Amino acid sequence: MAVLTEEQSMLRDAAKSWVQEKSPVTAFRKMRDSGAELGYDVAAWNEMAEMGWAGVIVPEEYGGSDFGYLSLGLVLEELGRTLTASPLLASGLAGASALILGGSDEQKQAWLPKIADGSAVVALAVDEGPHHRPEKVEATVSGGKLSGKKVFVLEGMAADVFVVSATEGGKVELYLVKADDAGVTRTKLSLADSRGAANVVFNGAAAEKLTGGAALLDKVLDRARAGLSAEMLGAALQAFEITLDYLKTRVQFGQVIGSFQALQHRAAKMFTELELSRSAVEAALSAIDNDAPDTAELVSLAKAKMGDTFHLVSNEMVQMHGGIGMTDAHDAGFYLKRARAAEAAFGNQAFHRDRYAKIQGY
Amino acid sequence: MADFGGTDLDTFRKEVREWVEANFPASLKGKPNPMAREERGSEPSADQEAWRKAVGAKGWGTPTWPKEYGGGGLSGAEARIVQGEIARAGAYNPIGGMGVMMFGPTLLEYGTDAQKQEHIPPICRGEIAWCQGFSEPGAGSDLAALSTKAEDKGDHFEINGSKIWTSGAQWADWCFCLVRTDTSKKHEGISFVLFTMHQPGVEVRPIPLIAGSSPFCETFFTNARAEKKDLVGPLNGGWTIAKRLLQHERSGLTGAGGGLGSGGKPIEVLAKEYVGLDDAGRLADSDLRTRLVTNAMNMRAFQQTAVRAMVEAKGNASPSSATSIMKNAGTQLIQERHEMALEIMGHQGLGWDGDDFSADELAAVRGWLFGKAFTIFGGSQEVQSNIVSKRILGLPDLTQAK
Ligand SMILES: Cc1cc2nc3c(=O)[nH]c(=O)nc-3n(C[C@H](O)[C@H](O)[C@H](O)COP(=O)(O)OP(=O)(O)OC[C@H]3O[C@@H](n4cnc5c(N)ncnc54)[C@H](O)[C@@H]3O)c2cc1C
Repeated sequence: MAVLTEEQSMLRDAAKSWVQEKSPVTAFRKMRDSGAELGYDVAAWNEMAEMGWAGVIVPEEYGGSDFGYLSLGLVLEELGRTLTASPLLASGLAGASALILGGSDEQKQAWLPKIADGSAVVALAVDEGPHHRPEKVEATVSGGKLSGKKVFVLEGMAADVFVVSATEGGKVELYLVKADDAGVTRTKLSLADSRGAANVVFNGAAAEKLTGGAALLDKVLDRARAGLSAEMLGAALQAFEITLDYLKTRVQFGQVIGSFQALQHRAAKMFTELELSRSAVEAALSAIDNDAPDTAELVSLAKAKMGDTFHLVSNEMVQMHGGIGMTDAHDAGFYLKRARAAEAAFGNQAFHRDRYAKIQGY
Repeated sequence: MADFGGTDLDTFRKEVREWVEANFPASLKGKPNPMAREERGSEPSADQEAWRKAVGAKGWGTPTWPKEYGGGGLSGAEARIVQGEIARAGAYNPIGGMGVMMFGPTLLEYGTDAQKQEHIPPICRGEIAWCQGFSEPGAGSDLAALSTKAEDKGDHFEINGSKIWTSGAQWADWCFCLVRTDTSKKHEGISFVLFTMHQPGVEVRPIPLIAGSSPFCETFFTNARAEKKDLVGPLNGGWTIAKRLLQHERSGLTGAGGGLGSGGKPIEVLAKEYVGLDDAGRLADSDLRTRLVTNAMNMRAFQQTAVRAMVEAKGNASPSSATSIMKNAGTQLIQERHEMALEIMGHQGLGWDGDDFSADELAAVRGWLFGKAFTIFGGSQEVQSNIVSKRILGLPDLTQAK
């Protein structure tokens, strides 16, 4: 684990105890069973915002604490442990990043304080097809009006404003589009992982440009990817720990199943992968904080590595639990479903391996 | 394969073709086999029932089983012709389930003539659904640790205890069940009994799966009754029979027919649709392409092995030890394909329900989730590997498994 400042330790500890007390996996299960419209528990989100988590990366002048991405990653990791669903990633991280990096003073003034106190939710609307291909943008803007279709928009139902990629005169730009614009239609998606997402159609909706073009889009996406990787790290760690616990308690053949070397070595393998993944995730978040020149490759490394690890651990969780792991009453299925959704979001492993190789020049 | 071709078989093929044409209801052509579903939905249609009865009367759903017990009495070559003609007509084999896959073959081997006369013909006709009462909360991989008790009550056994993960128990008419008849020994204290599920002492509670459906149950026995005549094999001799049944289960799961195939479009086709081709005609995602072709080649080698095992085992009625490698090899490949189907569909491969996803997309997600069970049931992947290491490779064992 990265060496943390005192403030970071406090933030992490606060997140840890809040998650344990207020947001165990049973809370996620309850949310799923209730078919919550937004895909998260609004009261829990309000509590998170009150604790300042929605403003961790937001500059102080706009109501945030300006603690940076590594700090926000600590919170996301803790939330990921119990699969807590909230707009923190979409709004407090991706949306806030778009405004911090590309917003005019006026745009920042309009949205950042609301993001930081949780009163507004921003969602990133980038993908247009079944795969993450951010360079392929068919949505267009002309005369300040945006038209096009965006799919799989995380927190798309909750969003008050969208950050949308579109081209104007052939050039990719990001735009702010208010969700209550008459030209916006959204449909809730019912997903295997029960998280909130929507398909959104823009039909001549009023669009305000952010500054930065394709480079801004890239930077915003990298921040979302790194944040998501932190959340995946938490989820994978928890899945691993639950599994490890089961290996120590389930008895077959008169001995705990964790005494079988076939399983021991696979547990050791998972532990190894988790350690490697943590390094990659922390390095990516730190690179963002330091505005390091190799941020893009470190983010791709983190997302690909974390994707592989979460994939492995979520599969092993089911397998090592045997029949009980196949039941809906057990949490293993939740981790499995969350893993695949997280792997696909903002570029899967194949996407990031390819991107990494390209950056490396091969 | 020498038994392909030849005039007798040609005549037989013609006869089968005509029979299928005359009997298979056109309305069912190309429709999925209702037996293949993991969960039963609505009642069968009149056409489905007619087809089941027609095939059942011929015994062609269980083509190689003896005629005297309602089977087809056919040779392996003839049975393949029947299967081929059924497939050719866009039809399906309506006779299936655990009775056909595992219980029937086991009873044919170990049952008395009276037991076979009673229980085999209804299986051949597809009239009776069987469930497998093996696993218990404390006895999964270590099946012989089972504790459901059967007490001798003179003309019958009284059964108390519970089973878990009992597939189809909520729809089953009969159960083949492992019970403890001697508590002083482990493997040698187990008996194999049959009883009807339609009795007051049997209670079933469906368990929802991660895939959403509830194809299996907790099954409770409170003074349930099994008749003495329905003890298969000797008292306390059930373990040997159970092991043979599990061999049939495993070969059924991964036999040459690829019993666990997911249906739907092959992922190679899906990949072209969702990912597209580059200018040279290669899949646009080269990373995926490499993994896809690796799986495809392994799949081919798996099928070649299945054929080789079949040829080698010809004339030998019992499944060969190759079934142990087949289950792990086959289930791993299928799970890889499930995973790749999701990856290929991208966001569209994450849907749970609703109009935003096609039926194929939703089926891929449910299939992927249910497919996780393939390496758990019928002897887990680890248990299979233990069997290979121990029984085939002769490596020492540190557990008291048998
Ligand atoms: C969908 C589904 C349908 C099923 N249908 C039926 C049915 O109809 N009837 C029935 O009787 N049962 C059924 N089963 C139960 C199935 O046979 C058991 O789940 C299986 O035997 C594993 O037992 P368990 O679940 O208790 O897991 P456990 O035995 O507790 O195993 C947990 C983990 O430990 C591993 N393990 C155990 N022992 C060893 C060892 N010695 N070395 C290395 N690893 C080991 C296992 O492989 C597994 O990964 C079904 C299961 C599923 C998932």
